Amino acid sequence: MNKRGRSRSTPPWPVAIPAIIALAFLVLPVLGLLIRAPWGRLIELLTSRTSLDALRLSLVTALSATVISIAIGLPLAWLLARAEFPGRRFARALVTVPLVLPPVVGGIALLLAFGRRGMVGQYLDSCCGITLPFSTPGVVVAETFVAMPFLIITVEGALRGLDTRLEDAAATLGASKSAVFRRVTLPLIGPSLIAGGVLTFARALGEFGATITFAGNLPGVTQTLPLAVYMGLEGDPDQAIALSLVLLLVSIAVLVGLRDRWLRTGVAS
Amino acid sequence: MRRPVILVVAAALALSACSSAGPSSTSPGTSPATSGSAAAQGALTVFAASSLKEAFTAIGKAFEAANRGVSVTFNFGPSSTLATQIGAGAPADVFASASGKTMDTVAAAGLAPSRSNFATNSLEIATPPASSVAISSLADLAKPGVKVAVCQQAVPCGAGAQTLFTKNSVQIKPVTEEVDVKSVLAKVELGEVDAGIVYVTDVQAAGAKVVGVVIPADHNVTNKYPIAAIKGSANAATAQAFVAFVLSPAGQAALASAGFAAP
Repeated sequence: MNKRGRSRSTPPWPVAIPAIIALAFLVLPVLGLLIRAPWGRLIELLTSRTSLDALRLSLVTALSATVISIAIGLPLAWLLARAEFPGRRFARALVTVPLVLPPVVGGIALLLAFGRRGMVGQYLDSCCGITLPFSTPGVVVAETFVAMPFLIITVEGALRGLDTRLEDAAATLGASKSAVFRRVTLPLIGPSLIAGGVLTFARALGEFGATITFAGNLPGVTQTLPLAVYMGLEGDPDQAIALSLVLLLVSIAVLVGLRDRWLRTGVAS
Repeated sequence: MRRPVILVVAAALALSACSSAGPSSTSPGTSPATSGSAAAQGALTVFAASSLKEAFTAIGKAFEAANRGVSVTFNFGPSSTLATQIGAGAPADVFASASGKTMDTVAAAGLAPSRSNFATNSLEIATPPASSVAISSLADLAKPGVKVAVCQQAVPCGAGAQTLFTKNSVQIKPVTEEVDVKSVLAKVELGEVDAGIVYVTDVQAAGAKVVGVVIPADHNVTNKYPIAAIKGSANAATAQAFVAFVLSPAGQAALASAGFAAP
């Protein structure tokens, strides 16, 4: 199409100036965090009881949310990409709702559905004594709600972009449907599955609005890293900054890990 | 049901007010002669504790009605958060806090040269209507299985709840420490908790949505609400006028009808 598009030249200033402003705007806050960081007290701050509780809780819940997202999100991604059923397009649209929904709205929605007096929650409470709000599983529910769409969309895109002739070939050679999925499809979408999983994990780790609304805030039980950062800002700002650095580190790790993967194979559709 | 509309308008005003209240290094103390007798005017941004929402919304309207050309915008939130924001340079003209301690942090930064206590409030137990858990006293909150919401420690209502529990020697393990008193109230209204520690005024404001369980005065905890015009305000004269209005009989009447006690 545009063959000259790749040639690099000195950008004209009407482009360069706003571009530099945009870059500075995105970089400066991160720089501010790094400059203001209490490097001397970092170890002490990160090994405090509140920090360790929040770190542990965040890791456990974000990993759980990722595992659940793969367990139920992968089948849904496969259905959306491969199966023909009425309302498929509608279902695809529904999956993206949590992506664009403000997380705090998601939290309220979760309360109204899974809260103690919620649509589903009241039966969970009366039949099995399960109450999700204010519990660690509640945090996992909130994180899964917000993060699972990343996995579904990434994997679904990969499945749709897949060359189906490879699967057809395996099938004609006598492989069963499940064997085709395990030995052909899964390895082919493997990188996307990993990318989707990492994105899901990162999103779950950073979840704030839905968590604080649905699961509340209690150190050691539902106070994840972002909540500890928010609460810390009022009591001990240095601690908030130290914990922010941890989250920043994770974000950078995700970017480095997926540097050329998720944009290419991700939202291919 | 008209309150959400007001909030939307207030939010829109808050956005537009941000652009008008730029950084200002003028010290309000230097030019009282020129502005002293001038009528209050312009845009005023008031940072106020969540528990003041109903009372101050009414006071703001009355102040606007009494001073043509003045528009008051409120930023309601946890006192501690507001204090942090003001310390970080948020364009507040007036700060009304739910505790002396949070006002101290603003005063320590040199931003609240003079303050006045304008109201007091005390705590009450809020319970959801038609609750299956019977709660008639603080001691009931300590029973196993009873879900209690309180404010987080940094917020005056959270610190107050802690003092309340200590004072009455009850061991209460809350299931959540919410951001501010209105969040606690919301969890009670939704029936997600069996009880929440809120202010007397919040129970009154919630109307039929919660059932209050009164804590006897000699067992209760009272907190004072200080108000101060913020130093460096772009609209210092109007800020002083607003503070005076809150302390005036009209302001005090609005606070009293919201359930606050006199300072």
